[in-house]
Amino acid sequence: MADTGKLLFTKTHEWLRIEGNVGYVGISDHAQKEITDVVFVELPKIGREVAKEGEAAVVESVKAAFSIYAPVSGKIVKANAAVEKDPSIVNKSPYDDGWFFAIEMKDAKEADTLMSFKDYEEFIKSGAH
Amino acid sequence: MLKVEKLIFEIGSAGRRGYSLPKLDVPDADMKELIPEDLLRKSEAALPEVSELDCVRHFTRLSQLNYSVDTNFYPLGSCTMKYNPKINEKMASLPQFADLHPYQPESSVQGMLELLYETEQMLCKICGMDAFTLQPAAGAHGELTGMLIVRAYHTSKGNPRKKVIIPDSAHGTNPASAALCGYEVVAVKSDRNGRIDLDALKSVVDGETAVMMLTNPSTLGLFEKNVRQIADIVHKAGALLYLDGANMNALVGIARPGDMGFDICHVNLHKSFSTPHGGGGPGSGPVGVTAALSDYLPVPRVKIKRNRFILDAESKKSVGRVRAFYGNTGVIIKAYCYMKSLGGDGLKDATIEAVLNANYLKARLKGHYALAVDDEPCMHEFVLTGKDKKGFGVKTLDIAKRLLDYGFYAPTIYFPLIVEEAIMIEPTETESKDTLDSFVETMIKVANEARSEPGLLTSAPHSTPVRRLDEVLAARELNLRWKRPGA
Amino acid sequence: MKYSPHTDKDKKEMLATIGAPSAESLFEAIPEGLRAGKLDLPEGISELELKKSINDKADKNYSTNKLISFLGGGAYEHHIPQVVESIISRGEFLTAYTPYQAEASQGTLQAIYEYQSLICELTGMDVANASMYDGASALAEAVLLAVRETGRKRVIFPESLHPEYRQVVRTYMSGYKVEFTEIPHAGGVYDEAVLEKEVDGDTACVIVQNPNFFGCIEHADRIESICHAKGALLIASVNPISLGVLRSPGEYNADIAVGEGQPLGIPLCYGGPYLGFFAVKEKHMRRMPGRVAGVTKDMDGKRGFVLTMQAREQHIRREKATSNICSNEGLMALAACVYLSSVGREGIKETARQNVMKSHYMKEKILKLSGFELFSDAPFFNEFVVRCGKDPEKIIGDLLKHGIMGGLPLGRFYPGMKNCMSICVTETKSKAEMDKFAEVLSKH
Repeated sequence: MADTGKLLFTKTHEWLRIEGNVGYVGISDHAQKEITDVVFVELPKIGREVAKEGEAAVVESVKAAFSIYAPVSGKIVKANAAVEKDPSIVNKSPYDDGWFFAIEMKDAKEADTLMSFKDYEEFIKSGAH
Repeated sequence: MLKVEKLIFEIGSAGRRGYSLPKLDVPDADMKELIPEDLLRKSEAALPEVSELDCVRHFTRLSQLNYSVDTNFYPLGSCTMKYNPKINEKMASLPQFADLHPYQPESSVQGMLELLYETEQMLCKICGMDAFTLQPAAGAHGELTGMLIVRAYHTSKGNPRKKVIIPDSAHGTNPASAALCGYEVVAVKSDRNGRIDLDALKSVVDGETAVMMLTNPSTLGLFEKNVRQIADIVHKAGALLYLDGANMNALVGIARPGDMGFDICHVNLHKSFSTPHGGGGPGSGPVGVTAALSDYLPVPRVKIKRNRFILDAESKKSVGRVRAFYGNTGVIIKAYCYMKSLGGDGLKDATIEAVLNANYLKARLKGHYALAVDDEPCMHEFVLTGKDKKGFGVKTLDIAKRLLDYGFYAPTIYFPLIVEEAIMIEPTETESKDTLDSFVETMIKVANEARSEPGLLTSAPHSTPVRRLDEVLAARELNLRWKRPGA
Repeated sequence: MKYSPHTDKDKKEMLATIGAPSAESLFEAIPEGLRAGKLDLPEGISELELKKSINDKADKNYSTNKLISFLGGGAYEHHIPQVVESIISRGEFLTAYTPYQAEASQGTLQAIYEYQSLICELTGMDVANASMYDGASALAEAVLLAVRETGRKRVIFPESLHPEYRQVVRTYMSGYKVEFTEIPHAGGVYDEAVLEKEVDGDTACVIVQNPNFFGCIEHADRIESICHAKGALLIASVNPISLGVLRSPGEYNADIAVGEGQPLGIPLCYGGPYLGFFAVKEKHMRRMPGRVAGVTKDMDGKRGFVLTMQAREQHIRREKATSNICSNEGLMALAACVYLSSVGREGIKETARQNVMKSHYMKEKILKLSGFELFSDAPFFNEFVVRCGKDPEKIIGDLLKHGIMGGLPLGRFYPGMKNCMSICVTETKSKAEMDKFAEVLSKH
């Protein structure tokens, strides 16, 4: 079971897992349920600069496309080829194997505005999205 | 239940022939002497090898797997699936139209040019516009043309401007066309009845607004009563007002976009003007403009010079061309025939009866399905919401699939996006009361099934050539073409 | 002539159900000041009167049905097997809607899948879409794809690209910051030396038309090396019938293959409706505009077809879509599918062969006449350009009096080529017709 305790969440349903100065990014279980079956993930190119809250990736279901926003600014250093090959991983394991990309963070303090898992769950319950 | 129809590649055998060409009556030569080997094809295209009968059977059987207007009622909102008159097909296929080369001398195509000219004139009268182009091949193509005209107009005034205002209820082609032209899209909210909030509009219109794109009646089937105020707000900022004419079936002969303050509009000949949908085209999306914008229209234009029809490409202000040649002429001929056949009186009556049919369906269905808007007279279409059926575990998609079992094509679903579980119904004027009653009875039956036996809906369709198809599989495991064995 | 079936009794009953006093009252939402009075058009007419009126117009047209035509230039007269018309006029295809409800549209969807497959086989590419409006707009969308994918600004095309196609590309790209570079021709084909100098790290794409507007066959493989050496995309705009003999875009490693599909079973019809085909190498698949049909299974495991990769399209992505295209040329794609199935593997080769043999026979005959010389020595498929001693516009006027249409004066498109005329010969021309053409020309 994923250790959601280590994750920080955005209001747009992305999670961030910090390891050193690199942040791994994926989407929450709530998000993957809303999207339903993921059929394609468009990942950013390695080396690309992303801004906090800027669109970094796109997730497609059969009927819709969803923008995935970077929780912090920085440079893309990794992209998870596994989800490109088998998009269903995002639905099956959103917090672990279903990660999308990793950012070399410009400023770790940007993560201070993110929510803990508990706060994120509250946020969803309150329907404020 | 029909068997699976093989692919054309899976039929026939090596060496089987289906074509017929005369024997070569000029000297044959070695191809390599005429065209060097390094320009010649290395490996052959693995096209089918079937007899003419194989070919006819295969495609005839495929046709039998389709629903079509000729066989089924299509209550598709926003699509105007009216009857496609057969005489129009015949007229468009006459050799003196079908066999005209686009580069023939103008003197040899005077009848064709006359027909195109008259079509433009008729559309001008219907839309209250001063000039039309018949070049665009579809509605979206017309929207792109319209956006290009907007850009050219503003550029000539010194600032191309940056933004296009589009209601959140608009068809997806609207923002896509604006973006294709390099504009930024600004959404403006409509109220629950699809009408624009004038204050919201005022707050987004500014000196960088190039144009507002509006569909009237809106995609919720109601006439935008404030259209003149909207035009005023937009024009005051120096911007233009564009009509997406997809819903012209509610306006022809009754009200003209030009009178409402629109500067540009497109119409869809494959909707209100009865040309067939062809399984996804060809369509035709003529664009009309006021006199102030006519110089920007694509070239060439059909004009009269010394009593003859000519193609004139003189206009220096023209946006250029959006396609080669002149337009989907074969489609335009059909629309011309339609407009001539109905005439001024007939076109107006058709609109009245389209609106009558829609209101009749709405009146009979509102007790069984929730209306998405307030209960006022609708125009040629109306929107229901399937959200009250969610409690039974049934979605709009399931209702649509179940209707197929009863021989009806489903209404438009999940559009407009601002309505949850949307169901948009447009009967058109060519459906009889019997058909409408039959549709109503079926819809009521399905509503009852949703309550008592929802499984019938969620596992529908049952009686179509295939059961519900797995779209997730299609998207995850892309197979977009036949590959020859060993490839 | 009206098509709505209502009797007065029907209308009365319907109004009663609605609870409205009259049909007109249903239009109350339209402000008085906006209601048009009468529609200022003549009264409707019967089917018989329509036929007479249309025939009057038809009689003022002289078509390739009656005239011997040697016109080409992007629209071609080919033999259309009768099966094509018989199939596409079936109501189940003609009056079907776009196949969004796949279970009710398997005929259309399977035909689209077969069409996509046939285009891939013919062009040698990996994936094709379900059609675009025409060859010119397909080319414009290919350029757009290249610009977006590479992020580069320069678009290179040859002088020998169809003039109207060049205009359409420019029109489509007018909202974007791109630079166009036109490469002159050398002896009728791409000036490769100039091309090599021009292609650089900011070039998004190089366009090659094959055969080009002068009818000449390009050395596409050499253009490909120049193009790919700098990371630009190669877009090939090709004549589909020529692919019965000529090297295919796939074989010379083009990134995108587009072209006008009208030669594949679609009548000339004064310029439309036509068919833009669009095919790509797999790596560009996700950026390909337009609809695409794919194979899947239904819930019983039976094979079926659906529109797929829809999340790229306008109805989902809206302003972020790959294109704005909605209605395309579905019925024309079906025509091409039936045509290619009917002529088949051998027929496309034989048709292409006859085009080559007949056009070369015509060329020989014309060169024997005084006052005509070849514009280019380059190999050609079914079109070639001649320089005339007299003004081609006058020549074609005289030819028309003899029941012959052609060639196409190029002065209209290229100011420096006012004495040039393009002549096209397809499999539809008999030796007798070609001999007659030469005979009438000899009087010039």
